[in-house]
Amino acid sequence: MRLLRIVPDDTKFDFIRFRRISFPISAFLSIVALVAFFMLGLNFGIDFKGGTLLEVRYPNNTLNIADVRSTLESLNLGEVQIQEIGGDGEVLIRVAQQPGGEQAQQAVVGEVRAALGDQVEYRRVEVVGPRVSQELLSYGIVGLMLAVFCILIYLWFRFEWQFALGASIANFHDIVLTIGFMAIFRIDFDLTSVAALLTILGYSLNDTIVIYDRIREMLRRYKKMPTDELLNHSINSTLSRSVITHVTVTLALLALVLFGGRAIHSFSVTMMFGVVLVGTYTSIFIASPLLIYLGVSTRAIAEKEEKEAKATAARSKAERITP
Amino acid sequence: MLYFSKWKAFAILAVSALICLMAVPSLLSTSAYDSLPGFLQRKIVLGLDLQGGSYIVLQVDAGELRKGRLEQLRDDARRVLRDARIGYSGLNIQGDTVQVRLRDPQDGNAALTQLRTLAAPIGGTLSGTGQLDTDVSLSGDTIALAPTATGIQSRTIQAVSQSIEIIRKRIDQLGTTEPSIQRQGADRIQVQVPGLQDPSRLKALLGQTAKLTFRLVDTSMSAQQALQGRPPAGTEVLYSQDNPPVPYLIEQRVLVAGEDLTDAQPSFDPQTREPVVTFRFNTNGARRFAEATQANVGRPFAIILDNHVISAPVIREPILGGSGQISGNFTVQQANDLAILLRAGALPVPLQVVEERTVGPGLGADSIRAGLIASIVGASAVALFMIATYGLFGVIANIAVAINVGMIFGVLAMLGATLTLPGIAGVVLTVGIAVDSNVLIYERIREEARAGRSAISAIDAGFTRALATILDSNITTFIAAAVLFYVGSGPVRGFAITFGIGIMTTVFTAFTLTRLMVAIWVRSRRPQHVPI
Repeated sequence: MRLLRIVPDDTKFDFIRFRRISFPISAFLSIVALVAFFMLGLNFGIDFKGGTLLEVRYPNNTLNIADVRSTLESLNLGEVQIQEIGGDGEVLIRVAQQPGGEQAQQAVVGEVRAALGDQVEYRRVEVVGPRVSQELLSYGIVGLMLAVFCILIYLWFRFEWQFALGASIANFHDIVLTIGFMAIFRIDFDLTSVAALLTILGYSLNDTIVIYDRIREMLRRYKKMPTDELLNHSINSTLSRSVITHVTVTLALLALVLFGGRAIHSFSVTMMFGVVLVGTYTSIFIASPLLIYLGVSTRAIAEKEEKEAKATAARSKAERITP
Repeated sequence: MLYFSKWKAFAILAVSALICLMAVPSLLSTSAYDSLPGFLQRKIVLGLDLQGGSYIVLQVDAGELRKGRLEQLRDDARRVLRDARIGYSGLNIQGDTVQVRLRDPQDGNAALTQLRTLAAPIGGTLSGTGQLDTDVSLSGDTIALAPTATGIQSRTIQAVSQSIEIIRKRIDQLGTTEPSIQRQGADRIQVQVPGLQDPSRLKALLGQTAKLTFRLVDTSMSAQQALQGRPPAGTEVLYSQDNPPVPYLIEQRVLVAGEDLTDAQPSFDPQTREPVVTFRFNTNGARRFAEATQANVGRPFAIILDNHVISAPVIREPILGGSGQISGNFTVQQANDLAILLRAGALPVPLQVVEERTVGPGLGADSIRAGLIASIVGASAVALFMIATYGLFGVIANIAVAINVGMIFGVLAMLGATLTLPGIAGVVLTVGIAVDSNVLIYERIREEARAGRSAISAIDAGFTRALATILDSNITTFIAAAVLFYVGSGPVRGFAITFGIGIMTTVFTAFTLTRLMVAIWVRSRRPQHVPI
């Protein structure tokens, strides 16, 4: 049987020179993302904004959106969003947070239920009070920062500081782009989005580290090779793996996007963007070329090792002298 | 890298099989599961988003707790000063302190000594840290009693523990299956009731303090007069729950309180046929109620629940038997719920619902179906792609991934963890990422072979070099999962659990199973060239 071969053996793409294009593109996209984030803001779901969400199904085509709208508007609950979903008589009703503390939020569910009656199926009801939504948001932010910090520390232990810094910049770039994507496409930003961001972080790093590992290995082995050639060689020799893994993860995510259901839809779509579009691109076109600017070079490594060798020699000499 | 002793191979297979088998009890029917020996009774719990049910978070009302503590301090201070015969011209609550203005500044130190007895050590005298729950200080002719922050904190923790007990009693009365009631943080209680579709009754049950008192109605003036002028000392105006509410002038002195009830049951009044709640007092309560009714025949008394007058009947004759009934235009369910509340006892402080999430059974079933379809489609697509790319080695990778997934569920069952829809997403994602370890190994083997190594040497070197990378890359992903577990809640935590476990099992299978299978293949075939 002839096996599928997506990437031919011994590719020789000049990824490092491509940084003259990829860096400006990334810088531009990051600015677009940041502008979108600050101008449009994120589409916070009720986890972070507080309020009430009801998912209701009207059986046997009894749904009349206009009726639902006028019924709910007569309740005077402030901002009420009504959205038909799935086409199966299902409506998503979002009621903004009410003034008047925790009790007021609870009252909303009772009023809406009373107004819509018992003929409909209440598929999901969520009420998040002002105190909890505040906490969830700060937990989410703390979580993201904590993750970045822990990973940075780990990389610093495991690699040289340049690699840790390079990976962090690349990661930051991923998060910024993903958040920009969510702002532009108005994707619900809720707790599962934080999960998506953290997974994107972990996955993108996973990819970056595979290449960094190879770069480190090559640096030890080929001390005479010019740095950009060495980086290119490292990326090219791991390219087949990058592409194949990329395909498998895409397949898994595609299944989640298409069949995983609405409850995790924003999660899957965000992951699709972050992992498939951004993560792999970042590892190859951003994280690795960055190392040049951060002072990783074959010469620096050679010099450092020479120095260490001398130091060891001196120490052993000293040891020999002292009895 | 490719040599395995028989024992080692056996150990790897045994461990993998055992972990996978731990998932089996979760698949059994309830009766088969119950017949298992105790140590095997561990299974995966379906999250509320999959099986449907209600999740409610209640929070101790900190303001009410503080207010209650201050009122108690004020009353205690009054009693202490009266007992010690120390005169005061003012005693009231100001902000967060109780202020006592002494009539004679000479009494300062004597009063201070007496009032200091009100400050109790936190955590009791036995295990306490020596810190007191109240600061008592004297300046001029004024003594200030202030509850300390740690004192309030320990009271909050106490209140949560007591509330959990009472909530459990109340929910058990509803006859729901396997409710879970847990402390969350310092001042919250998390209640999960699987299968509950409309939590409004539950919330109504939990949202009431249910403090019941029997008190006399003051008939020296009408409630209207009291509202317009000043109510007489020792009385207050309370309202009924009718529409519009009817005011009553009630004495503050409590004849009998809810603590003295031994039982409460819903029933019907034999004359009016309307739902009522019958109750029985304990000995102490019965005696006090008998004395009070004897002394006040012909006067109305009020039954008060959480500062609302439920009913205010006139005492026609002394009630000596220690039992009685409460009527108040109840529906059957209201009578039922009131009986539940009275049996379970009053909450030490009011609780507020701060978060509620309810999933209906329809959506839960849909989510399970969606998760299942996504898993099957995702896994098959990945499996086919791996076979197309690596042939026999792809099959090996698929076997490793299948066992990997089995192990994830085994570990979940061992931990008794909760499986949520995001958790299923975590498993699907693990499938996508688990094959990555195989891809890393196989690509490295191909590279080594291209570099001119013999097949066996290339396979050996491929494993050695790839495993270091696998470890490095998975540790970072694991850090992200661990942080997510730490900060996440509910469904997100479910994702963090399966994703984190998935990373560990992935590393395990890459280091053991994949290697073992390739080693067995190498020994049986003695390949001359690498087949990928």
